[in-house]
Amino acid sequence: MRTARSRHLVSGAMIGLTYLAAVLATLPLLLILVHLLTKGASSLSLAFFTHMPRPVGEPGGGMANAIVGTLVLIGIATVIGLPIGIGAGLYLAEKKSSPLASTVRFLSDVLNGLPSIVMGIFAWEILVRPIGHFSALAGGVALGSMMIPLVTRTTEEMLLVVPTSLREAALALGYPRWRTSISVVLRTALAGIVTGALVAVARIAGETAPLLFTAIGNAFWSTSLSQPIAALPLQIFAYANSPYDEWHQQAWAGALVLIAIVLIISLAARFATRSRFGAPVD
Amino acid sequence: MLQSTEVLREKPMRIVTPTVQVRAREPSVSQEEAPPCIVASHLSAFFGDAAAVKDVSISIPQNAVTAIIGPSGCGKSTLLRCFNRMHETVPGTRVEGSVEILGSSIYGDGTSPIAVRRHVGMVFQRPTPFPTMSIRANVAAGLRVDSKSHATRGATSEIVEEALQRAGLWAEVKDQLDESAMALSGGQQQRLCIARALATRPRVILLDEPTASLDPLSTQKVEELVYDLRQTVTVVIVTHNMQQAARVSDGTAFLLMGELVEFASTRELFTAPKDPRTESYITGRFG
Repeated sequence: MRTARSRHLVSGAMIGLTYLAAVLATLPLLLILVHLLTKGASSLSLAFFTHMPRPVGEPGGGMANAIVGTLVLIGIATVIGLPIGIGAGLYLAEKKSSPLASTVRFLSDVLNGLPSIVMGIFAWEILVRPIGHFSALAGGVALGSMMIPLVTRTTEEMLLVVPTSLREAALALGYPRWRTSISVVLRTALAGIVTGALVAVARIAGETAPLLFTAIGNAFWSTSLSQPIAALPLQIFAYANSPYDEWHQQAWAGALVLIAIVLIISLAARFATRSRFGAPVD
Repeated sequence: MLQSTEVLREKPMRIVTPTVQVRAREPSVSQEEAPPCIVASHLSAFFGDAAAVKDVSISIPQNAVTAIIGPSGCGKSTLLRCFNRMHETVPGTRVEGSVEILGSSIYGDGTSPIAVRRHVGMVFQRPTPFPTMSIRANVAAGLRVDSKSHATRGATSEIVEEALQRAGLWAEVKDQLDESAMALSGGQQQRLCIARALATRPRVILLDEPTASLDPLSTQKVEELVYDLRQTVTVVIVTHNMQQAARVSDGTAFLLMGELVEFASTRELFTAPKDPRTESYITGRFG
């Protein structure tokens, strides 16, 4: 027989271990943030956001083109990835057991596991080689294709959490099926779907490999979709690989900005779709 | 067939189950004269190849409360769901036979299930308020979706108030109409769902074990509400609680293994059942 005291001891130890695990789980993120702040914050200035890169040896300069380029690429990817992903997720949730749904579900999972560089080669094959030059559009398509399966599966999961009884209640009120799906099921799951979409945006925002053969980077200012475009991950990659100290500094600052962009997008979208009635229902 | 309670009054009372108290009441409308509201003939409902409702023919009177009782899995909910074409929303299901509501065949060619459901309200076992909508929007949900009733804002708020009044919820929620429906208690949520079903002014309202998830006090409120509703609307209530059927209904149908065993006035069914299976069930010998 265990005494009450020994049970309390074991309980305390176990609770302590879960605390430890929780701390360890967030430790990498904290370390990265602290490291980025100490290394990168000193190079951050207004000029970093508004100026173009300068040649080595010239002081100052910024990554304005890469910051805007990343936003453009995220924009293209979201325009492609969100509607297709949410639509496909809706289909999977509504037609759970149709043969097409099982196929789509399986292929989505395969696509999710596909190395991102393969996605880059795919976009190169369909959008760069036939056209003859690298472009922002090709980069956006590569990133968007990566988003689709992520958004599809999270949308499906969030929709399946919506109780059938709610769907039936809407149908029983005389809602047509499409309207039930959109104004009751999709709306109830919206907070969760937004969270899923943000995870997908965060995931693709930092992708470098798919951009290597597509957007390729640009040392100059460009927002044209048909021209090569600069992107923060590419710029960070190029600067970090250079032998110059000031470029290393700029790479740190670039990494910090990249994380900040992801954070701001998440916060803004959460704010915009927050439930009218307090906490989101996810 | 359902008989007038006037006739029953002459009969000697034989209480087969002392736990069931039949509420003494004035016979509202003479039920033989009132035209039937729902007429089902040779109605069968299938899940795949298995029939959950078998060849049921029943004629449910207007502006009365009709209870459907029977053991779990006897097909009483399925039968109910055939009356507003909700049964067919489950994949792999099928309905045979015919159902007429107020003279029109709801399974007829060219009848859309959506139109049927707008005239036949339904309330489920668990309260199902829409979590993203306010109390007001919940009640108005059925109005907004009906393209024919482009009610003005003023008219809508009148209808919302009227529906909440009829559901006995107005006094409790009138100061929080724009708050989340999820903040209400379970019993309030269920009465909100009844108000939502009433707002489109249906001629029939189907209640599928509406008090199964409620506490006794909330149950009592819903029962009183059901009892009052029969003034204006035809109510069909599925319940596995025989006392509840006895308390709220004018007529009771007993279903067993998908077959309609007996349908009579509630008083008759509980005091002088004709079928021995009905008697066994209401005296608690099975189920």
